[in-house]
Amino acid sequence: MATLLEKIREYRRPGYFERYDYRWTMAIDLDRCTGCEACVVACQAENNLPIVGEKNYAMAREIKWIRIERYWVGEYPNAKLNFLPMLCQHCDQAPCETACPVSATYHNQDGLNTQIYNRCIGTRTCAVYCPYEVRYFNWFSYEWDEPLEQQLNPDVTIREKGVMEKCTFCIQRIRDAKDAAKDDGRRQVRDGEVTPACVQACPTEAMVFGDLYDESSKVYQMYRNPQRGYRVLEELNTSPSIIYLRRANGDDERSDV
Amino acid sequence: MTNAATSDYVEPRFDEVNRDILRTMLETGRGYWILLGTTVTVAAGGFFAPWFYQIHVGVGAAGMNRSAVWGTYLSNFIFWIGLSHSGTLLSAVLHITQSSWRKAIYRSAEAMTLFSLMTAAMFVMVHVGRVWFVHWSFPIPNEMELWPNFRSPLMFDVMAITTYLTASSIFIYMGSVPDFAAVRDNSTGLRRNLYTIFSFGWRGTDREWFTLGWAYTVFAVFVIPLAVSVHSIVSWDFALSIVPGLHHTSFAPYFVCGAIYSGTAGIVTVMYLIRRFLGLERYIRALHLDNLGKLLIVLSLIWTYINVLEIVTTLFGGSSYELEALKFRLFDFYGPLYWGMILFCAFVPLLMINRKIRTNWNKMLIISILINIGMLTERFIIIATSLPRKFLPDSFGFYFPSWIEISITIASFAVFATLFLIFIKWVPCVSIYEVKETLTPLRRARK
Repeated sequence: MATLLEKIREYRRPGYFERYDYRWTMAIDLDRCTGCEACVVACQAENNLPIVGEKNYAMAREIKWIRIERYWVGEYPNAKLNFLPMLCQHCDQAPCETACPVSATYHNQDGLNTQIYNRCIGTRTCAVYCPYEVRYFNWFSYEWDEPLEQQLNPDVTIREKGVMEKCTFCIQRIRDAKDAAKDDGRRQVRDGEVTPACVQACPTEAMVFGDLYDESSKVYQMYRNPQRGYRVLEELNTSPSIIYLRRANGDDERSDV
Repeated sequence: MTNAATSDYVEPRFDEVNRDILRTMLETGRGYWILLGTTVTVAAGGFFAPWFYQIHVGVGAAGMNRSAVWGTYLSNFIFWIGLSHSGTLLSAVLHITQSSWRKAIYRSAEAMTLFSLMTAAMFVMVHVGRVWFVHWSFPIPNEMELWPNFRSPLMFDVMAITTYLTASSIFIYMGSVPDFAAVRDNSTGLRRNLYTIFSFGWRGTDREWFTLGWAYTVFAVFVIPLAVSVHSIVSWDFALSIVPGLHHTSFAPYFVCGAIYSGTAGIVTVMYLIRRFLGLERYIRALHLDNLGKLLIVLSLIWTYINVLEIVTTLFGGSSYELEALKFRLFDFYGPLYWGMILFCAFVPLLMINRKIRTNWNKMLIISILINIGMLTERFIIIATSLPRKFLPDSFGFYFPSWIEISITIASFAVFATLFLIFIKWVPCVSIYEVKETLTPLRRARK
């Protein structure tokens, strides 16, 4: 009984999540993003994302775990286009996690916000609660025409109709790296051993992925950037895991810092 | 209770009460079968057939999309839960406050509660993506030791609605036991055997009456907070999110008030139909209509107040997300729908201040139907104008229901009507023994 109470007390301590094994974080340098959408395609290939077809695309039912949001600044002659790559923010205080009635989405020991497809019953509450709108619903069961099904990634499951899905930070690659580390007799994965598909594909290296607990990691250096670092919709208090570095040229809407 | 509400009103005798009300159960005309056949056909063709098609292909058959992942199904769910609210709640409140005018109407009101709850529960199943796994939302012990998420407002919902459904069923059954006994005593054959079981061998002794009255009052007290909590919890499905336009502290009272409002209007509609088609003019009278009309005016004023509150607090708050959602709600595509709702639910009911309108059956029927159209719209607007305007402008979207959703919405009324039509042949739709309680005792009447 005493141990149980102790455990509960421990759980209630603020910042309990800081004691996760890892704190996977992504930093996105918006100055380097050209909006080429290579990340979008890489994600599509890596995670077996379905092609929803023209009609469903027009109805805003596409499934893209990472998307490039476009924001116009200024009027026509002096108009500028700003890109904002948007993917699951793996919030530490995720609104979606409390919403699911069957606990199909939860925080795992790596600090990731995970989605269990098998458990999902499709109430879509998580997508409503998500302020970033990065949860995608399988409105139908999609199929791959021959021979496209040959190129599906065997490490990732195919989702059926009625299931919610979203960016996993390529959890299959994280698992691989952890397994490899264990085989080497190491406790932790070293910086640079895990690279999600989008990070790998980015031609300008705008995205950096790593463990925030590891203070020597590249992502930690970017996270510490006081002038440019910010998190999207931070005022909602979701504490997202993705850090954006705002444009340095000062024409950003939020260049007031 | 003033029986002489109208001067030409002749009080029915006790045997007439039995005869009149049991007749509605025991005699079935052709009109009933035609009506039942129609509702069953519409329910099967308009509700179940599109639903099964949707189960087959996926929820994409409906018009929902990424930013508007909730749609008509959920708004109908709230509507039906709301409609269920007046029956049991009103019946229990009026029982405790000893308002004897409740006695002629409460049985059908409670039946309405039960069947709209069932329809609402059906909409949950229509809504979810994988209905074949919907039992996972119940805390059923299993070998994987998986439990539902007790932090989820949807989980609260499951608990609240199942509790409410169980409690309302028991409440209506308990109040019907002496009437089942009356049916038993007035029938033969299989029906007699069946109602012997239903009535638990009720004999009508003093002790039985005492126990029933006592148990009924206890249950009424239990049901009232339950009814209030159910719709508060339904509102938390929305208010616990951070979506602009849904994230209001006033949502719980707003929903409860709206629920009782639409439920009371629903009772007026159902009362009209029962009175008209079952020939119960002597039991359901203008007095009842008058009282319900007064209640409706009060509820409409509260409802209007909360609506104004919602807009004003949003303006005071000045959050750009909230303002954007509000602008979309009031002045964009669904703007006319919003103002139509305001007209039907805030202005039309004010007509009932006039006593002549309040006691006129036809006018009250029209007003009550308009109120419920308004309330159906209100629930739709809450969802359809909030979700497409969340936070990131890039994801702003638009939602319009597909024909499958529209068909299911309309045919859900047929599902409700089917259940109700079956009910009136199984249970006396006016409480026989409680109507008798309101009459002058036999000896004095014969004087």
